[in-house]
Amino acid sequence: MISELKTVRFGELALDSGETLRDVEVAYESYGQLNDRKSNAILIVHAFTGDAHAAGPDKDGAPGWWSSMIGPGKAFDTDRYFVLCSNVLGGCRGTTGPSSIDPATGKPYGMSFPVITIGDMVRLQHMLVQSLGISRLLAVAGGSMGGMQALEWAVSFPDAVYASIPIATTGRHTAQQIAFNEVGRQAIVADPDFQGGSYYESKPPARGLAVARMVGHITYMSDESMREKFGRKLRGREEFSYGFGVDFEVESYLRYRGSQFVGRFDANSYLYITKAMDYFDLSSGYPSLGASLERAQCRFLVISFTSDWLYPSYQSLEIVNALRSRNHDVTYCELTSTYGHDAFLVDVKDQTGIVRGFLARCERELEAAP
Amino acid sequence: MKVHDVLGRRDYALISRLIPAGSRVLDLGCGDGALLAFLKETKGIEARGIELNPEMVQAAIARGVSVYQGDLESSLREYPDKAFDYVLLSQTVQEARRPLMVLTEMLRIGNRAIVAFPNFGHWRVRFSHLMSGRAPKTHLFPHAWHASPNIHFLTVLDFEELTREQGWLVERRLFLSGSRRISHFPNLCAEIAVYLLKS
Repeated sequence: MISELKTVRFGELALDSGETLRDVEVAYESYGQLNDRKSNAILIVHAFTGDAHAAGPDKDGAPGWWSSMIGPGKAFDTDRYFVLCSNVLGGCRGTTGPSSIDPATGKPYGMSFPVITIGDMVRLQHMLVQSLGISRLLAVAGGSMGGMQALEWAVSFPDAVYASIPIATTGRHTAQQIAFNEVGRQAIVADPDFQGGSYYESKPPARGLAVARMVGHITYMSDESMREKFGRKLRGREEFSYGFGVDFEVESYLRYRGSQFVGRFDANSYLYITKAMDYFDLSSGYPSLGASLERAQCRFLVISFTSDWLYPSYQSLEIVNALRSRNHDVTYCELTSTYGHDAFLVDVKDQTGIVRGFLARCERELEAAP
Repeated sequence: MKVHDVLGRRDYALISRLIPAGSRVLDLGCGDGALLAFLKETKGIEARGIELNPEMVQAAIARGVSVYQGDLESSLREYPDKAFDYVLLSQTVQEARRPLMVLTEMLRIGNRAIVAFPNFGHWRVRFSHLMSGRAPKTHLFPHAWHASPNIHFLTVLDFEELTREQGWLVERRLFLSGSRRISHFPNLCAEIAVYLLKS
C-alpha cells in the first residue's frame, strides 16, 4: 500500500510568542484503520528533520523514517492501530513553515515567520487530531524532538492522550544541546548565500546548511559506532593525500550526508525548529518539572539508550523520577545499544518488544474501563 | 535464586492470599514480572515493579507490567509516602547492601510490606557448615562462597529480633519447608520465611 500525503487547513493558530499565524496547513500521512469507537489512534511525532512520511513506501517507493517500527505486525501494528504522523509546524515538508507563502505578501515568509515552540507544534497536532474526530489518542510516541512533543502532549492535553512514549529525549534542552544547535545555526547564517533568510529566489545557503548537518550527524552517532563504521579507513586511496580533500572515510560520509540534506531541507526551517527545541522546557511556568507533569493523566513509557550522549539517560531519568515522585504510572527502560542517539531509529529490535507490550496493555486497560 | 524458582507457582498462591483484590502493589526485584502479571490477572491489582537486569525489564514490559529499571536500594526514595498498599521483597533482602534501609523504605512507601527470605538457620544449613567446616552449600544456597549473591545470612530468629527492635507489627508469618507449611521450630525447620509487616 502506498502512503499518501494529505493536507488539512486551519484558519489560524495562536502561538506561544503572542503572534497569530493565519492560513495554516498541516501535511500528514495515516496508516491502518480508525475503529468505530475511534479509540485506536496513535500519533507518531517526528524528530528534528523528519517528516510526515513515517511508514510504508511513498509514491517513489521510498520507505518512511520509522518503517522499521510502523506497519503490519510491527511495534506500531497497523493491523490494530490507526497510526498518524504529521509534519511539524515550521517544517518544510508540507506543513506551514518559513518557506511557505505568507498570505499577507504573496512571498515566502523567510525570517518574517514568527518564532515557534514545541507547544505550538503540539497545539497544531491537536487541531489535526480533533479535525479527524478523535477525542483521545491511544498513544503519542516519538524520539528526540518527537519525545519532547510526546511529553508536551501529556501536559498540554491531558484528557486527549491515554499513553505517552517519549524516547531518547529530555524535559528541557541543556547548555550542551543548545550549543550544538547554535553551531548549526551560525554555520547557516555565516553562509553569504543566506542573505538574511531571503534566498528563495536565488540559491540556498547550501554550504552552511551542509556543515550544520555534519555537526548534527556527529552528535547522532557514538564514538563506538563511528569507530566500527569508519575507523581510520581511507576513502579510495592507500596513502594520505597530504592535502585537504577527502582522505578519511568519515570525511566522505559527512560530506555526502551534508550535501544530500541540502536537497531536502530548508535552512530557515533549520533555524526555527532548532530554536523551538532550545526553548523547550517542560517545567517553564511551573515550580518544577514534577509540578508540570502533575497535569498529566496518562501512563508513560520512557526509553533511553546506553550510548546516546546527545540525550543521555540521566535526562530521561529526570522525567521518570519526577513522575515516580508523584506516583504516576511510568515504565522505564534503558536499552543497550552502540548506535548512539540514532539507536531509536536503527536499533529497534528490543524497542519493538517493549512498545508492543506496553501498547497491548494500554489497549486492554482501555477496553476494561467503563 | 528466587522464591519462584524454588516453589514454582506455589508462592504466587501464598502471596496472592495475603493481597486483597484491587491493591496497589510494588514488587522490588520483580524479575520478568511473572508474579505481578499473575496478581494483575487474578486479583486486578495495580502492578508496578523495579528490576535492575535490562533483559528482565524488557520481558516484564513486554508482558504488560509497569516496570522501572533501576537499583532498588537507590530507587525507593523517589516514591511518596504510602504510595502503595503492599510492597513485596521476595528473596532479595539477603542480597541488599543495606537491608534495614530497604525494609524501612518499604514501610514508608507502602502500608504493608511482604518480605520472603531463605532461612539460614535451617538445620540442613547448620549441618552442612558443622560437618564440612566450610561455607554451607544446600539446594537453597547452592553457590560457592565467592559466587554467591547472598551477603547477609539471616535466620528467622534474627528477623524476629529486628521486627521487635524496629517496632514493626508482624501481621502474618508463614514458614515453608519445600512446598510444605510448617508451624513448629521454624528457625530450625523453615527453608523460606514470609512476613507480612506493618509499621
